[in-house]
Amino acid sequence: MTERSGSQVPLGRGALPPATAPGSGPPGDESRPHHSPRQLAWRRFRQNDLATAGLIALVALAIVAVLAPVIAPFDPLAPDLKSIGKAPSLAHWLGTDSSGRDVFSRIVFGSRISLSVGFVAVSIYLTIGTVLGAIAGYRRGLVDAVIMRITDTVMSFPALIIILAIIPIVGPSIFNIMLVIGLLGWPAVARLVRGEVLSLREREFTLAARVVGASDWRIIVRHILPNTAGPLVVVASLGVADAIITEAGLSFLGLGVRPPEPSWGNMLNSAIDVGTILDKPWLWLAPGAMIALAVLSINFIGDGLRDALDPRGTLTRR
Amino acid sequence: MTSYLVRRFLIAIPILLGVSLVTFAFANFAPGDPLSALARPGSHVRPQDIEALRVALGLDKPWPQRYVTWLSQVLQGNLGISFVSNLPVADTLGARLPNTVLLMGTALLVSLVLGIMLGVFSAFRAGTRLDKLMTVVVFAGISLPSYLVALLVVLAFAVLPYALAGIRLFPATGIRDPLGTSPPLIDTIHHLILPASVLAFGGTATFMRFTRASVLEVMRQEYVTTAHSKGLAERTVRWRHVLRNALLPVVTVLGLSIPSLITGALFVETLFSWPGLGSLAVEATLRRDYTVIMGIGLVTSVVIVFSNLATDMAYAFVDPRIRHS
Repeated sequence: MTERSGSQVPLGRGALPPATAPGSGPPGDESRPHHSPRQLAWRRFRQNDLATAGLIALVALAIVAVLAPVIAPFDPLAPDLKSIGKAPSLAHWLGTDSSGRDVFSRIVFGSRISLSVGFVAVSIYLTIGTVLGAIAGYRRGLVDAVIMRITDTVMSFPALIIILAIIPIVGPSIFNIMLVIGLLGWPAVARLVRGEVLSLREREFTLAARVVGASDWRIIVRHILPNTAGPLVVVASLGVADAIITEAGLSFLGLGVRPPEPSWGNMLNSAIDVGTILDKPWLWLAPGAMIALAVLSINFIGDGLRDALDPRGTLTRR
Repeated sequence: MTSYLVRRFLIAIPILLGVSLVTFAFANFAPGDPLSALARPGSHVRPQDIEALRVALGLDKPWPQRYVTWLSQVLQGNLGISFVSNLPVADTLGARLPNTVLLMGTALLVSLVLGIMLGVFSAFRAGTRLDKLMTVVVFAGISLPSYLVALLVVLAFAVLPYALAGIRLFPATGIRDPLGTSPPLIDTIHHLILPASVLAFGGTATFMRFTRASVLEVMRQEYVTTAHSKGLAERTVRWRHVLRNALLPVVTVLGLSIPSLITGALFVETLFSWPGLGSLAVEATLRRDYTVIMGIGLVTSVVIVFSNLATDMAYAFVDPRIRHS
């Protein structure tokens, strides 16, 4: 990763001039009211229809997750021996599974798992990656070299294989999956933050802060990190989608969240049997659609955020 | 150029050592010490015999010494013995490897060719409705997890044709039909089509995005304007001037697509019962066969380190600015 100058997005209190997007208004138009960079970014985001739709869908999903006990008509864990493997009906909107549990209620509760795994795992690796990346970029030299070699090593392992190796040891549970994804995902963040910090620490406003006697800690936290927020938000949003895919995939293979606990991934597991794919499509179509909906909307948001926060296109896709 | 390559290669060595150290740590700290089964209560093996065995196997030595012994064995191709099947891990991996290489190689080739074609097509029509539609579809393609795509593909091309018309269009599982009458090569290709298409799906989208961006970037260059103003035909400018320079960097993305290909193979091989390393990794996890999982982990990460190395070298080859910086 090379140092990129000019990729900073003045979200926070950095002393950069506001970045004006090319084409966001005629140059020299003085009559236009002043907008903060944040307002400009928000405006660019809203102009992106897909991103806005994604945001609405995600907010709706979050509401469903929070209000799950109110929305779900049945207990997602309670088997009902009188209605096993029933097709969708007025009572059971999406049918029942092989233990007679209501599929719709399980989908509603499954949103809690997907969203919490996504957000918790990403919060964990965002924290680790930011701390390590900031230290490496700010200290440079030997510290930087050691941290970056560790980063490269962790990055060389295919994350999923490592997760497969760890899960039997620590046991499959939601908590462990969040933790494992979180502990493995930080290298990309660390590299990004390091690159930003390397260039930001040479800027005039950092120098100014140092001249007035600010401590290293204060310079990093108050002056440098706020300027890395833009790219980080984009990486984080795409990371949430990745974490959701990983959790659902592991649960799908029987290595993640274990039934009867409902997860979209383990509900999809019923489709591993070729017979079920056609005979009982309600068992897997709805959870599959929910995974697709969640992942697509989050990715559209991430893409919209990239365009909004980084109008010059310096932040490329992985 | 040479000094850049040497420098880049030297960086790879500590990474490879780090990878081996992590693998060693896993192999050591995973529950199930090789001798713990003997020490179980009710076992008839005397404690002093277990201790003697521990010394004989070198397990009493400090870990740095054991690491060196282990590493020299690994370098000689000895990845240990599976606790579950009692077979050498290297043999088990070796038997599965050709199938994975066949699947991944086909998928990589298909996605590269298709991705470049679609990317060029889309870039030459940039801004049109078709281009916008393709961009959105491709974005969805990148986003969808491979296991969902696999389920839909199995439904559409294997289950539905049989259920509706009684046609066995494509087999949904395995690599060969044990009762089949067709020649082995044709049979394998027939089995390969669905899993390879699913695995190629994400890669195609990635290559297309990259190609499109690269072509658009080159089309903005001044020498393209010059070519136009010289009065060259649009066709000549596109094929001679633009594509030559735009497609070279695309090759460098090849190496970067390896990790996602490995992840994808894990799901695709499992779903299609394809006897490769991906399905082996999942089976080994379900059976808690640590030596096999760690063997796969080691092999795949070495592959990733080398494909990253190859990517950087390709970059340096394509872009002189990198090797002179």
